[in-house]
Amino acid sequence: MSRRRHSDDSDDSDGQPHKRRRTSEPSEIEERLESLICRVGEKSNSSLESNLEGLAGVLEADLPNYKSKILRILCTVARLLPEKLTVYTTLVGLLNARNYNFGGEFVEAMIRQLKECLKVNMYNEAVHLVRFLSDLVNCHVIAAPSMVAMFENFVSVTQEEDVPQVRCDWYIFAFLSSLPWVGKELYEKKDAEMDRLLSQTESYLKRRQKIHVPMLQVWTADKPHPQEEYLDCLWSQIQKLKKDRWQERHILRPYLAFDSILCEALQHNLPPFTPPPHTEDSVYPMPRVIFRMFDYTDDPEGPVMPGSHSVERFVIEEVIFAELFQLPSPPHIEVMYTTLLIELCKLQPGSLPQVLAQATEMLYMRLDTMNTTCVDRFINWFSHHLSNFQFRWSWEDWSDCLTQDLEKPKPKFVREVLEKCMRLSYHQRIIDIVPASFSVLSPANPVCIYKYGDESNRSLPGYTVALCLTIAIKNKASNDEIFSILKDVPNPNQDDDDDEGFTFNPLKIEVFVQTLLHLAAKSFSHSFSALAKFHEVFKTLAESDEGKLHVLRVVYEVWKNHPQMIAVLVDKMIRTQIVDCAAVANWIFSSELAHDFTRFYIWEILHSTIRKMNKHVLKIHKELEDTKARLARQHKRRDSDDDDRSSDREDGPLEEQIERLQEKVESAQSEQKNLFLVIFQRFIMLLTEHLVRCETGGIDVFTPWYKSCIERLQQIFLQHHQIIQQYMVTFENLLFTAELDHHILAVFQQFCALQA
Amino acid sequence: MCSGGTLSILRSDSYVDLSQYRDQHFRGTRYDQERLLRKSCTLYVGNLSFYTTEEQIHELFGKSGDIKKIIMGLDKVKKTACGFCFVEYYARGDAENAMRYINGTRLDDRIIRTDWDAGFKEGRQYGRGRSGGQVRDEYRQDYDAGRGGYGKTVQCQRA
Repeated sequence: MSRRRHSDDSDDSDGQPHKRRRTSEPSEIEERLESLICRVGEKSNSSLESNLEGLAGVLEADLPNYKSKILRILCTVARLLPEKLTVYTTLVGLLNARNYNFGGEFVEAMIRQLKECLKVNMYNEAVHLVRFLSDLVNCHVIAAPSMVAMFENFVSVTQEEDVPQVRCDWYIFAFLSSLPWVGKELYEKKDAEMDRLLSQTESYLKRRQKIHVPMLQVWTADKPHPQEEYLDCLWSQIQKLKKDRWQERHILRPYLAFDSILCEALQHNLPPFTPPPHTEDSVYPMPRVIFRMFDYTDDPEGPVMPGSHSVERFVIEEVIFAELFQLPSPPHIEVMYTTLLIELCKLQPGSLPQVLAQATEMLYMRLDTMNTTCVDRFINWFSHHLSNFQFRWSWEDWSDCLTQDLEKPKPKFVREVLEKCMRLSYHQRIIDIVPASFSVLSPANPVCIYKYGDESNRSLPGYTVALCLTIAIKNKASNDEIFSILKDVPNPNQDDDDDEGFTFNPLKIEVFVQTLLHLAAKSFSHSFSALAKFHEVFKTLAESDEGKLHVLRVVYEVWKNHPQMIAVLVDKMIRTQIVDCAAVANWIFSSELAHDFTRFYIWEILHSTIRKMNKHVLKIHKELEDTKARLARQHKRRDSDDDDRSSDREDGPLEEQIERLQEKVESAQSEQKNLFLVIFQRFIMLLTEHLVRCETGGIDVFTPWYKSCIERLQQIFLQHHQIIQQYMVTFENLLFTAELDHHILAVFQQFCALQA
Repeated sequence: MCSGGTLSILRSDSYVDLSQYRDQHFRGTRYDQERLLRKSCTLYVGNLSFYTTEEQIHELFGKSGDIKKIIMGLDKVKKTACGFCFVEYYARGDAENAMRYINGTRLDDRIIRTDWDAGFKEGRQYGRGRSGGQVRDEYRQDYDAGRGGYGKTVQCQRA
């Protein structure tokens, strides 16, 4: 392009920055610096070494004017881009070689950042920083003895008294997980000290308690892969690495190419690092159990797969499934993993789908010992995955499950998968995709059951009223008209109608709810409109606790073939306050639902109910905090205004609001605590009944039902652990006392051990 | 917060960014519309089959969070499903996750597409094509069994 075409002033034709407006310059330069630094190490036509050298030169030149920005950017990439750790440590190494002072300032900034992260409970990012610092030893930026000294301070946290184990765990983890990068170098310089540190670590690992482990394991069996607690696993790995004299081939080490430059550099000593003390606000990471799926490490030739990089495929999948099945929760939303695997199948259509099929097969084979929560996730993942691939699967391969009791994990899994597949398609599709032999596991046709629908039912009490109601509703009757029709319904619970008839009348509820739901059966929207239109009738009929329970029972009776509809109706009824959360909890544990108790949809409903309760509390709490903040701002304005005319009277409305909200928060929290009390109580009753029955009958406690039930109890603790922690004292005093059967108490104790 | 904040490369969230589409019938300025789109909890979902049900949509989109409301797109004349819908979430974050992880995947064997919507208003549930369905079904030349076969213009030509 000819320069002539851009000769006006506003254009920068000859690349001279001074022609641009000066006000935009600094942020542009900063953006450019950030972009340059972030991009190094990415795909490039030049080698990594030449890119690093080039960048080091550019940054060195910019140091006089942009030092603090460069420091900030480098600290941020150290914290947020751990996958490029060694690229950036090398860069810092090169900068330190050219400018000793800068190296020193960077190290100081890193230490400040580390302290801040620890203070605000950002432990994952803190680990990245510790590893970065340790790799700086390899780049001759930090002197090895001072790194060892820092690790000595880390390990001595295990000597602190009255601190949670998870605090010590983190410092040990940060130390051990840095060793693959720097173990070799530290041992070369300070082997006696390192030996001492490892020995202290070993004795800590031996004496720490591991009560929490069963709760976090994906499988209850140790074969074929033991599920190690994460620190034990890491320790074994470090031991092996040490035995191999710290030789490993996975970590990219760009600084090796610059050895001649870097070893000329002067090193800095880390300032003495005191771990910030434990405070009440400290929240340390939860322990983990390491997930293993494949035996490829034992036998790389193992499963016959095309391609020389088959091991990578297995590793990728193992990592993805490890996250998906992580307890208490996956690091990311579940649906992300489904989409990720679909994308990977698209990118590697020749190999990944087969490996994925193999993984699915392996997981299926181990269903008998898989944790119920993980089975839920497996069901969700597999059905959603299939729906993206026309539900193609070799179901016959799984015909072994057809001969088993339907409550056993394998047939149960297939049933739930088919039900979920149906939700994403339609009933006939599912019948078509499975072999005829699988019909026993196929989901029911999701049709509504209307008890007053048939002429043959005309002898049922309430039949005529149902007919009346049907006609009335079709004729757009109002709530009042509905009430007057329902007045004619006798109350089987009472001999005489001594009041308005608005006390609990199960038959009224039955007739009304059955008829309405049947009329609105066409779609979710139709049913929601019906609930909205006749909200008043619902509220009145369901005023009492028994009323609420009965409404739920009738909903179930009408829609038991369509669990998805039950779930959305229950959700709507809670949100419109026709029923409350405790009613739903009681309904789930009622005897009417006993045979559906282990079905997936029941637990989806319960957890959704608990989440709504939790969100409700948070919402009111936030309202309270916002109002308090408004009051505080008002005070501040008044203080700074210095205006005698304004008075405390202005505070009145806000203060009243705060008081009301305070009451609302307390009442909501009380409802929340009560919900968990109900749930835990019902669990305890159910489990105790089973345990007593087994004991007296001399039969084995560990039936499929029992495994499912006790793991559902664990799931409550794990999925809502933050809320439950708030009410621990109540639960401990009221429910989880020493008199409880040890099977049940163990769950509680494992939970307590998670943050102990 | 930790000194440094974050990096712009990590802030980029392209799946959540606004598309180029702006509703021509929107009452208000372009700026108003974009402001609403940026805080919306409602998604437009396109390329549905005419046979896709509210239940299927609820099951799929429920995977990114609690759904407040689904409004099926209807043919203005026939009042039957015409291949799009609106999904409204209670929380913006849940809608964002749908944009990240559900957009571009399959529902009823079709790749569906999601986009931000400024919010449902009565009348927006109807197709804007001349024949009553969506505009895209007026002029397309291909045969799509899930969307009434050939495009309307083509159907007229063949008749």
